[in-house]
Order: sequence, then structure tokens, then C-alpha cells
Amino acid sequence: MLVEIRLIAVIVAVACALPGVFLVLRSLTMMSDAITHTVLLGIVLAFFITQDLNSPLLMIGATLMGVATVWLIETLQRTKLLGNDTAIGIVFPLFFSIAIILITRYAGDVHLDADSVLMGELAFAPFRRLTLFGMDLGPKSLWTMSVILALNAAFIGVFYKELKLTTFDPAFAAAVGFSPALLHYGLMTLVSLTAVGAYDSVGSILVVGFMVGPALTGYLLTNRLKQMIGIAVLAAVINSLIGIELAFLLDTSLAGMAAVVTGVTCLLAFLFSPEKGWIKKAALRRKQKREFYTWLEKEGIH
Amino acid sequence: MMDQLISLLTDYTFQVVALGTGFLGLLSGVIGTYATIRGESLLGDALSHAALPGIAIGFLLIGRKEWVVLMLGAAASGLAATALIQWMSRKRVVKFDSALSLILSSFFGLGLVLLTHIQGSANANQAGLDTFIYGQASAMLIQDVQTIAGIGAVLLLVVGLFWKEFKAYTFDPVFTQTLGFSGTLLEFLLSGMMVVVIILGLESVGVILMSALVVGPSVAARQWSDRLSGVMGLSGLFGFLSGVIGTTLSSIGHQIPTGPTIVVVLSIFVMASLLFAPKRGLLMKQLEQKKRKQKYAQQLQTRKEANEYVG
Repeated sequence: MLVEIRLIAVIVAVACALPGVFLVLRSLTMMSDAITHTVLLGIVLAFFITQDLNSPLLMIGATLMGVATVWLIETLQRTKLLGNDTAIGIVFPLFFSIAIILITRYAGDVHLDADSVLMGELAFAPFRRLTLFGMDLGPKSLWTMSVILALNAAFIGVFYKELKLTTFDPAFAAAVGFSPALLHYGLMTLVSLTAVGAYDSVGSILVVGFMVGPALTGYLLTNRLKQMIGIAVLAAVINSLIGIELAFLLDTSLAGMAAVVTGVTCLLAFLFSPEKGWIKKAALRRKQKREFYTWLEKEGIH
Repeated sequence: MMDQLISLLTDYTFQVVALGTGFLGLLSGVIGTYATIRGESLLGDALSHAALPGIAIGFLLIGRKEWVVLMLGAAASGLAATALIQWMSRKRVVKFDSALSLILSSFFGLGLVLLTHIQGSANANQAGLDTFIYGQASAMLIQDVQTIAGIGAVLLLVVGLFWKEFKAYTFDPVFTQTLGFSGTLLEFLLSGMMVVVIILGLESVGVILMSALVVGPSVAARQWSDRLSGVMGLSGLFGFLSGVIGTTLSSIGHQIPTGPTIVVVLSIFVMASLLFAPKRGLLMKQLEQKKRKQKYAQQLQTRKEANEYVG
């Protein structure tokens, strides 16, 4: 069972890190934060329709809700009446509040626990098993997240050049005939799907950390996209494994610890990165200061 | 219906909650205006989440739920988060939104770790976390309202005292620094005010609502005025009204949570402002465009007739 927990954690981490790379590069991280909050409304609405907590419709509904969130936010942004971040800050609290009102009002006695959507609990994941034809095929989340991981990897693999182009030069991409909008919504749909899939194990709020952290670590350590993806995946694996070990050691929240470790690795990358690291840059600034003062003295300027 | 409304309005608990959330809305609206103008709207969201570890540490240090200590812990944690975010993003090495997301989730994760450690179980679902996220507006006491009003008055005083400096720094930080004002100090004051407002609201209305209260009122207000004083005043008004009306609606209804209702009311204010405000409102813009189209068509027609006459 412990092996299964570790496996799920690693798969979730990598599945999140892949789209995360492009979220970081396109400055969409807070948009994905909004999505992780609004999937709750999607789950609630889907539940009202199906009245079945285990229906796959829940996942589809939640993913669609995520896409709808992106669409609404961008519509607001297009009006130019409010800033980009501001639009995000208007939409997701509204959707989230509607979800809470609906849950409290109509599903109070049903076991639709908003907490478990937001926080999840990796420790319990192995207990929800997937049984097919009476055979125990392992934890459900393992299968769900593996499929999502495969989808994310496939998307990035197939559309690598298009993603690269539309990320760094969307205007040119549009000019040569690609559709940045299509790729954008494709990416956001996957982000939605990943957030929904991951809520079961790590909870929505921490999904953001899993998406942004490893990608940011990669961003700080390299300037090449392929290497950034590679480092992100590596960081995801390391963060999740170390996080789990520490959580077991201290008997505490697994996902929470993984998020903390993710933050720490990012901080380390921020400090020690060979090119962009703070330490290197601070030393460079000091050197430049000294050279400037020396030059000033030489010129006789005081 | 009228009787029900009157008996509600004279109910003591209702008055307390309505006033409390109203003041909170007013404060958030005013302080949040600075963040909205600077494009840092989501800083409130990040700070709300980042306060969790501070609360947990406060509890760990003294071993019991002493409100003041918990709030101080939350403030410290919030300020630490702000400092980290600024440090990472100021020199443009890390983009602002990436820094926000990273700090938000790491700090929140740390909060979860500490909380579950405190509770002695690996399960993060407990009442403490619930109130943190959703708040407990209906459990407000008159002392809470007094605290909000008191601290709020101090904050408003600071805004008044530093009105010109804050205004200059918000719109043109570089220029303000060349004038000799300390960027660090102003930054610290502005962030500090934001942290205080969020901490004030966390206990009563929760994380998500505070994020909304800090962003919404100023967005709505911006559609009606082009002056900072106008935007800030209206922002406070919208915030206050959202709190009062939201509390009223949730009390009339059956089993409707107060916090989320306030957000919905606020969102209606925002949408209405975006659509119907004169000059900037989308509806107005549509009407203006129609009028212009008609005018041009008329001019074209007049020209045509004139040419034919001369012809």
C-alpha cells in the first residue's frame, strides 16, 4: 500500500508538472489557481444532475466548468475595463461561492464534502479501488491519473512545436496559420482535467503548487524548453518522494508536505541557479558597483 | 414579508453581523483599491492562503486558541509571504504570477502540515480549517465588530495621512522614489495594510471571501469614477452595501451561508457596473456606437444629396 501511495504521488506530480511548464511560461498560473477552485461548482452541478457521487459525469462536468471559467475570465479581460488578474479575482470567488451555497442548501445531508475536494487526502487514495469484473485493479486514482498523465504527455509530444511557437511568439504563430486560441483552450482543458483528477489525492488548492513549482524550478535553471520540461519532471518526482517520506516521518499531511518541499526546491533553485540565481546576481551587482566607483574615482568625479 | 424584514432588521444578532461584514467590506474596498490599481489584485488571494501557517504556529507556541496571538501569527506569516513574493519578482527574475502561485501553495501546504500535526491525525478535514476557508460570519460577536471598527479607523487614518504619498507611489513608484520617498517603507505600509485587512476578515468570513472583497468593490467603483478619491469612496460604499445586503439575504433565506451570499451580491454590483456605468459601461458603449453609426449614415446621406443637387 505504501508503494501505491508513492506511485500515485509521483504520477500526480508529473502529470501536473507537464502542463505547468506552459502555464509558467505563459503567465497563466493564477488562471489555473482559479480553475482549481471552480471545479467544485462543476462537481456540484454534475452531482445534481446525476445524483451519483461515483459517476464519471462528475469529472466531465468539472472539467467543462474549468474551461467555462477560462472563457468567462477572458471575456472579462477582453472588455479592457479591468486588469487581467482582476478578472480572475472576480470570477472564481463567484463560482466558488455559488458552489458553497448550493452544497449547504441542497446537499447538506449528502456526503459531498467540499473539504475533500479542496484538500483531498493522498493517504486514503489506496482505499478507493477500481474493480473490474470482480478483479481488484488497484487504486482508482492511480488509473485516472495515469491516463491523464498519458494525455498530457501526448498533447505536449504531438503539439510540441506549436506549443513552443504560440508560447513565445503568438502573433507570429497566428500569422503563419496556427490557431493560438485552439492550443490555448486545449491546454486549459487538460489543466482542468488534471486539477479534477488530482483533487482526489492532493486536493485542489495544492494542485497549483504541483503545477507551478517544478516548472518554476526548471525555468530558473535553464533557458531551453526541452531541458525545462525535463527538469520539471525530475523536480516533480524528487519533490513528491521526499515530501512523502517527510510526511510519514512527521505524521502529517502528505500533500501539504509535498507542497512545502516543492517550495523549498524552488527557493534553492532561485538562490543557487548558475545563471539566474540570486547569489550570483547579488555578487555581480556588488562587482558592478565596485567597478563603477573605481571608474568614478578615476574620472575625478565625487 | 414586510413584518419579517422589520423583525430581522431589529434583531440584535443580525445587526451585529450586518455591521461587522459591512465595515469589513468598506475597509477591504478602500485598501483593495491600491492593489487593484497596481495590478496586484490577486495578492489578497495569496495572502489569505499564506496566513494559515502563521495561525498554526501561533497556536503551537501558546498551546491554546488565543485570538490575538493567532492573528499576530497570521500577520507575520502574511508579511513573510509578501516579502518573499516581492523579493522573487521585483528584479523580474520570476514573473509576478508565478511567485504568487508558488508562495500561495507552499505556505498553504505548510499550514496544512502544521495543522494536521497539531490535530494529531493525517486527515486535514477539521473544523479549524473549515472556518479558515469559509469563515463563520454568522458567529460574529459585538467585540469582533468593535475590533474591526477600531482597527479599521486606524487604517483609514493612515490612508488619510499618507494620501498623497500612497497616490504617487501607486501610480508612479519610480518617480515617487526619485522625489526622495522611501520605496521600501511605502511598500511595507501598503502591504501591511493589506495584511491587516485580510487578517481581520479571515476569522469572520474566510479566505475565499476576503480575496473577493479586496478585488470586487474597487473594480465596480472604477467604472463610475476616474479619480482616486471617487474610486476609493465608491469602493468603500460597494463593500459596505455588499456586506449588509448579503447578510440580509442570507438571513431571510433558509440555510444560506452568509459569506458566499456576500460574494454573490458583490459580483452583481461588479457585473452591473461593468454593463451599465455611464461612459465605461458596455451597454453605454453599444448605445454610443449605434448613435455614431446613425450620425455617419445621416452625414453620408446629406453629402449624397448635396452632390446630386450641385451635380
